[in-house]
Amino acid sequence: MNPEQFVTRLNRRSFLSNVSLGVGSLALGSMLDAGGLAKGPSLGVIDPLHFAPRAKRVIHLCMAGGPSHLETLDYKPKLAEMDGKPMPKSITAGQPIAQLQGNKELKCLGPQHEFQTFGQSGQSISSALPHIGGIADEICIIRSMTTQQINHDPAHTFMNTGALVSGRPSMGSWVTYGLGSEGSDLPGFVVLTSVGGAQDQPIASRQWHSGFLPSRFQGVHFHSTGDPVLYISNPKGVDAKGQGAVIDAVNSINRLRNKTVADPEIATRISQYEMAFRMQTSVPELTDTSSEPQHVFDLYGAKPGDGSFASNCMLARRLAERGTRFIQLYHRGWDHHGGVKNGVLTTAKHVDKASAALIRDLKDRGMLDDTLVIWGGEFGRTPMAQGSGRDHHMKGFSFWLAGGGIRGGISHGNTDDLGYHSVEDVVTVHDFHATMLHLLGVNHKKFTFKFQGLDFRLTGVEEAQILKTLLA
Amino acid sequence: MNPVMLFRMSFARHICLSCAAALVLFAWPSGLFAGKDLGGVDFARDIQPLLSDNCFACHGPDAKQRKADLRLDTRDGALADLDGVSAVVPGKPSESELVARITTDDEDDLMPPPDSGKQLDAAQKALLQRWIADGAEYDLHWAYKPVSRPTPPRVKNGSFVLNDIDRFVLARLQGKGHEPSREADRRTLIRRLSFDLTGLPPTWEQVRAFVADSSPRAFGKLVDQLLASPHYGERMAVYWLDLVRYADTMGYHSDNKQTKPLYREYVINAFNDNLPFDQFTREQLAGDQLPGSTRRQLIASGYNRLNMTTREGGSQPKEYIAIYLGDRVRNVSGVWMATTLGCTECHDHKFDPFTARDFYSLGAFFSDLEETPVGPQKYTPLPTPAQQSNVDKLKKQIPVLEAVLNTQTPALDDALARWESAQAERIEPEPSVEADANGTVPAVSAGKPIADPAAPPKKIGEILAVPLAKRSAEQKKTLAAHYRTFAPELASTRKELVDLKERIKRLEKAFPTSLVSVRLGKPRTVRILPRGNWQDESGPEVQPTVPARLKFADTESRTKRSDLADWVVSKDNPLTARVMVNRLWALCFGRGLAMPLDDFGAQGTPPTHPELLDWLAADFMDHGWDIKRTMKLLVTSGAYRQSSIAAAKTLAADPLNKWLARQGRWRLDAEMVRDNALAVSGLLAKPIGGASVKPYQPVGYWKHLNFPKRKWAPDSGVSQYRRGLYTFWCRTFLHPSMLAFDAPTREGCVAERTRSNTPQQALVLLNDPTYVEASRVFAERILQHGGDTDGERLAWAFERALSREPSAGERDILLRLVKERAGHFDENADAAKAAATAGEWPPSMALKPERVAAWAAVSRAILNLYETTSRF
Repeated sequence: MNPEQFVTRLNRRSFLSNVSLGVGSLALGSMLDAGGLAKGPSLGVIDPLHFAPRAKRVIHLCMAGGPSHLETLDYKPKLAEMDGKPMPKSITAGQPIAQLQGNKELKCLGPQHEFQTFGQSGQSISSALPHIGGIADEICIIRSMTTQQINHDPAHTFMNTGALVSGRPSMGSWVTYGLGSEGSDLPGFVVLTSVGGAQDQPIASRQWHSGFLPSRFQGVHFHSTGDPVLYISNPKGVDAKGQGAVIDAVNSINRLRNKTVADPEIATRISQYEMAFRMQTSVPELTDTSSEPQHVFDLYGAKPGDGSFASNCMLARRLAERGTRFIQLYHRGWDHHGGVKNGVLTTAKHVDKASAALIRDLKDRGMLDDTLVIWGGEFGRTPMAQGSGRDHHMKGFSFWLAGGGIRGGISHGNTDDLGYHSVEDVVTVHDFHATMLHLLGVNHKKFTFKFQGLDFRLTGVEEAQILKTLLA
Repeated sequence: MNPVMLFRMSFARHICLSCAAALVLFAWPSGLFAGKDLGGVDFARDIQPLLSDNCFACHGPDAKQRKADLRLDTRDGALADLDGVSAVVPGKPSESELVARITTDDEDDLMPPPDSGKQLDAAQKALLQRWIADGAEYDLHWAYKPVSRPTPPRVKNGSFVLNDIDRFVLARLQGKGHEPSREADRRTLIRRLSFDLTGLPPTWEQVRAFVADSSPRAFGKLVDQLLASPHYGERMAVYWLDLVRYADTMGYHSDNKQTKPLYREYVINAFNDNLPFDQFTREQLAGDQLPGSTRRQLIASGYNRLNMTTREGGSQPKEYIAIYLGDRVRNVSGVWMATTLGCTECHDHKFDPFTARDFYSLGAFFSDLEETPVGPQKYTPLPTPAQQSNVDKLKKQIPVLEAVLNTQTPALDDALARWESAQAERIEPEPSVEADANGTVPAVSAGKPIADPAAPPKKIGEILAVPLAKRSAEQKKTLAAHYRTFAPELASTRKELVDLKERIKRLEKAFPTSLVSVRLGKPRTVRILPRGNWQDESGPEVQPTVPARLKFADTESRTKRSDLADWVVSKDNPLTARVMVNRLWALCFGRGLAMPLDDFGAQGTPPTHPELLDWLAADFMDHGWDIKRTMKLLVTSGAYRQSSIAAAKTLAADPLNKWLARQGRWRLDAEMVRDNALAVSGLLAKPIGGASVKPYQPVGYWKHLNFPKRKWAPDSGVSQYRRGLYTFWCRTFLHPSMLAFDAPTREGCVAERTRSNTPQQALVLLNDPTYVEASRVFAERILQHGGDTDGERLAWAFERALSREPSAGERDILLRLVKERAGHFDENADAAKAAATAGEWPPSMALKPERVAAWAAVSRAILNLYETTSRF
């Protein structure tokens, strides 16, 4: 390559570095979209994948609010013994504490639910989650999760973006940017939020924002009431034919215009209007579950149109079938500062059956093998009592994973005897992201986006481990 | 140990940030630096970006990450003797270890190391070798060099050159063998100018007048008119509000309301009044510290309070104080310096000459700000001068009335005497009074008054019990004062005083308020936080100071925000003027001369026209930081007036339009998309400033906000039709139509918005009630004013929406549409009625719903056209 070509290459890079910054994105957006959306399934920027993927898509069941690991997935007999006794200062000294800050004496609160062994694998799971117990052999429980943020909003941000500073792309945006979407009529990254649950912590749309990635990789929030997708319904007095007629006119005139202007943006615009029109059919078709047999409703415990987590799990399966790459379900109601015993029971009733049903349903349809399901919250809860509840806790909590290349029936890592610190095979959020990307066929170190002169990646700059022992 | 081993060891441990994947998507034309530039290797242009991108992460400014003691960001470092080996030996590539390491076949020795994902190609290697052969000269990074005042080059092409800008542009173009495009047609020019300078489309009357005015001054006149329009300030404010992250909510967690419309209004007025940019800067950074600080300046100092804040229970105050500091450093360095100083929160910068000490020292300027770490922020009342003088006037009446109430007159003496005698009659002697269980004797031991406004206090009772003659002067005075508190003779004055105080309280409560800079008695201590960890207090304390590398002026003993502001706008500061004119350029051309707009560091791209950028920056400073002057220079240039439609050859040669052989073309910003539809339909409300407003928004969009739960109540009347920049800016749930068109959530500084092209945008323009209503009202206007035939009506509509007549093809398509839709609605009366009454704007009763509905289909189509929502 001669110096000119070299400079050309440099400039090509700097051009692409502008992808998120406007002018560059015009051209790139057009080229990707015009080729992709118009002709069918679009591929992402990673082509070919770095290695053979084990999972094609991800369903993240986000248990928002911070489920107590001590009442769900991490049994601590020692904590039961210590119930009501002072928490050893050696454990808590110098540790950041959320709402318990300023409390004179921190006391242990023993596990509020019995645990049972489930399945052939004999996994230990709370009696509050019997259905999840029923799929114990399918899931891998991580008991050594850690995060870096102790409050809901920033902890969700960290879990989603791997960064403490807000404004970075969420994992769903990264994955969709990298892998594209298999469906041509539905968005590649969909977020579902469910009704029900008591402690409704707010959840911000920044959790599915695309940050500096092109904004078409933003998560599309499906609403359980009103239009499932904002502005998907025709205006009053306009039927499908009328809407089609307007879109036809718009596209015809845009085509005429493009003859003189020759702007790839116009071509993209035309294809986006076609896509929008298709979505006006495909979204109602997606959310209309009347074709689902009763036994499927029964499996999930869902009722048509109730906006419940159960309904959303069913919808998640329907989205997965239609090629959506990243599906994120938020269920709020895990923020049990008080009354953790009944609180966990109540929220478990909303999610236990449906979470297990999703795994079974995917398995029945042969989709579990290439669908990675993630279950967990933004952090866990303290072994210390906050009245009858527990405070936010970031040093140790639990997740479970299933499907898409995950070895079922095992557990990974441990917290200390009181469930405070992760002490064995500690897993960071970045490890979790790196492993998720690995299962999707992506080397997290090679998956970067240039922004403000830096090659950003989901997993940040610190070392991140692929959790090899989890892989089937 | 020899350096080679050192290199290897360190690299094995350290994995560099890898190069972006997927970046070889399309072919690229060669010859971007063709022409005279090829003569020699230019350090700033050719070498520094290479070193920065491939080497600095481990051999750059960050001492902690530095491997093998080698730094390549300074010449001394590159030439340093490391155990007998030097990375760079000037003039001798073959003796330079750097060359050996980039050319070796041994993977263990190769630089950059293979696992970094970085790779130099043969041309890059050759370039580095040539640079070393030429003497390995280093040069100051372009952005930190003093701003020069280059002379515009001489060029041939009289008709293109309208001002000095064009000389620079044309010299560059001709150097590359390109010619500029022809001038755009008049109606394109007026649309372009209108959108660029006011964010609004021109009216058809303006278009006609401009097209008809063939005088050579017509263009300049139009520019002056638009710059004088109050909507100019609104348009410029949209951009500034993105930079400074203006929003109406806190941003974190519950995202409660935290609105500051006074600040927004300040920004609009500042642009309209053409406040010099240095003054604009001073007022925002330190309006509270300027001598004789005015209300306006105090409002401006609200800039320092635009950061996101939290109220989330359980948040650590110390952590959030650290977060707010970092937020401010990122913003100040982004807005005024286009510097990614935020990178140094945890470590020294990898590419630019900044340290963590710089980060915290800059942050220390803001440690004097009073703020609530966790919880609601305290607002400052900011009465207008009229409000203040009104209240002051009223307050002056208080002592007058009080004097009346406090003055004993002979008439009052008489009244008191009468009252006393009446009292005496009504006082019944009581049986002996015993002390109660606590030993307290009840107040009036001598007797109990029966019909007093209130039972006299103990002291008064005691006085009353003393016979008149025996009372002391003091007792008489006390009694008189007591009497005056309820004397019927003073009743009206008393009421007047109560009313007056009530009124003052009401008026004061109605004072506008804002978040502004309020100083703490003692600024907070700021320490360098090791790796950004707020819990680690082991770092050294720092004092406010500007980044060491950028100390161009004497900044000793400077510790206030006003000093920071002075430094920012010092003419010796090479960044501020360059950064600002580059951004003004981008507003008029679609991209900056240097990109990106927010990174002038080593990882950014050096300017395409460095001399032009400097010439503009110098002109800006020399003419008193006059923004309107610079804007006028830009839009009256021949470069600006070019057509955006270029020959395929030009497009292929320069797809990004770096060399300006044509104008840029882009989709309008979110606010303008809205404003345009409202303006075309005739619905747009045009008052300037005021509180944020709530356009229609899907019900339930806010349902995930909590503490407290809240509902979006759309405004009615005129407030429903205000410009996009007044939309209530909810950071966690920004209005979905704004979001769809890439309006930023304003969590941090945004110098350049994304311009995406998505199906969501189509859904917004087709189905958002704002656009449906605008189409309906536009349809009514078409029917009322458009003429007698469908052809005339269509022409009328096109003129209003696109400033031109439809082409034959466009006519056919839309006339077919209206005919087909009319047929449909004639048979579907209910549908017609629904479509003809969309929105809350009163429908025109004189028109048949079927006709309005049919034409609304046409007006919807027009408002959805690419051309309608684009700036050509």
